[in-house]
Amino acid sequence: MAVNEKILGEKYLQKFPGGELILSKSEDLFKWAKGSSLWPLTFGLSCCAIEMMATGASKFDIDRFGAGVFRSSPRQCDVMIVAGTICVKMGECMKKLYAQMPEPKYVIAMGNCAIGGGIFYHDTYSVIQGTEKLGIPVDVYVTGCPPRPEGLLHGIIKLQEKIRQVQQGKEGQKGVAGKDGSSGTDKNS
Amino acid sequence: MDLQELTKILNERFPGVLGEENKTAVVIKKESLLEVARFLREDDCAFENLHCVTAVDRRDKMELVYHLYSFKLKFMLTLKIYLASDDLAVETLSGIWKSANWLEREVYDLFGIKFLNHPDMRRILNPEEWTDYPLRKDFDRPDFIRLPQTEGLKAGG
Repeated sequence: MAVNEKILGEKYLQKFPGGELILSKSEDLFKWAKGSSLWPLTFGLSCCAIEMMATGASKFDIDRFGAGVFRSSPRQCDVMIVAGTICVKMGECMKKLYAQMPEPKYVIAMGNCAIGGGIFYHDTYSVIQGTEKLGIPVDVYVTGCPPRPEGLLHGIIKLQEKIRQVQQGKEGQKGVAGKDGSSGTDKNS
Repeated sequence: MDLQELTKILNERFPGVLGEENKTAVVIKKESLLEVARFLREDDCAFENLHCVTAVDRRDKMELVYHLYSFKLKFMLTLKIYLASDDLAVETLSGIWKSANWLEREVYDLFGIKFLNHPDMRRILNPEEWTDYPLRKDFDRPDFIRLPQTEGLKAGG
């Protein structure tokens, strides 16, 4: 990479005066790398998944933010996008999938159902009222029914910001609020 | 063919089989369900298609609804029987219409109506360890959030 070229994550990188080497705190560099290559789990539960697919397709192009490599195995994933209604039976699968993901792992609750049950809040026997009811901590909430692809992209950008702001020694620990006030939970801390 | 004609045919063939009168459905007695169903399936009426089995909880009784279609008569028949709340069991129709197998399992899953002589009487969609039946009016659970009742919007009304 030529030194004069404008690069992403410039904030964390410094030009060596007069030289061609780049210096940075390794921690910052790792954070930047982590945030820039979020691999989501191929995990659509209902209609929000359609918007997630649209986000992955060419028009919105999630790849621009480094989060376009949808993996079919939880063991290769960084972020679980909970896209849709969580049914009672699916809840068990979700817990397993989340447990199988390697650290550091992040969760985006996409759409009102994944946040708190959405339209299935009242008089429902088969729907779990949000991702947190399962004990899975959420990093970013994206509202909407369903959210537009831009919404999901915004959520991913917020997650990247959050990853970059994580304090040293607190990595992998949830409960560090994002800039947008997305609370995360303190279940793990 | 319309409902009145069919009611007449059934009345002639099976005297006393009809239950209470109904403008849109044929209501029959629970005991004669199997023989009436066989008759409807045969060539005269040829109701070859059973596409819906469902139930309605009327609190004092349970209403079981069958939707049949005859390609020959180009007619859709709604067949109903009433079950007493303390005796929620009825003969299966899965020997007559194959589609009844899963439809009846669904009714069992949601309403708890048992179908006698059914080849595979298990829950179809809900977790097997559940012991309650979600679509009954008296269904309740500690974490079940009811819609707040307001004027003009009464649950179950």
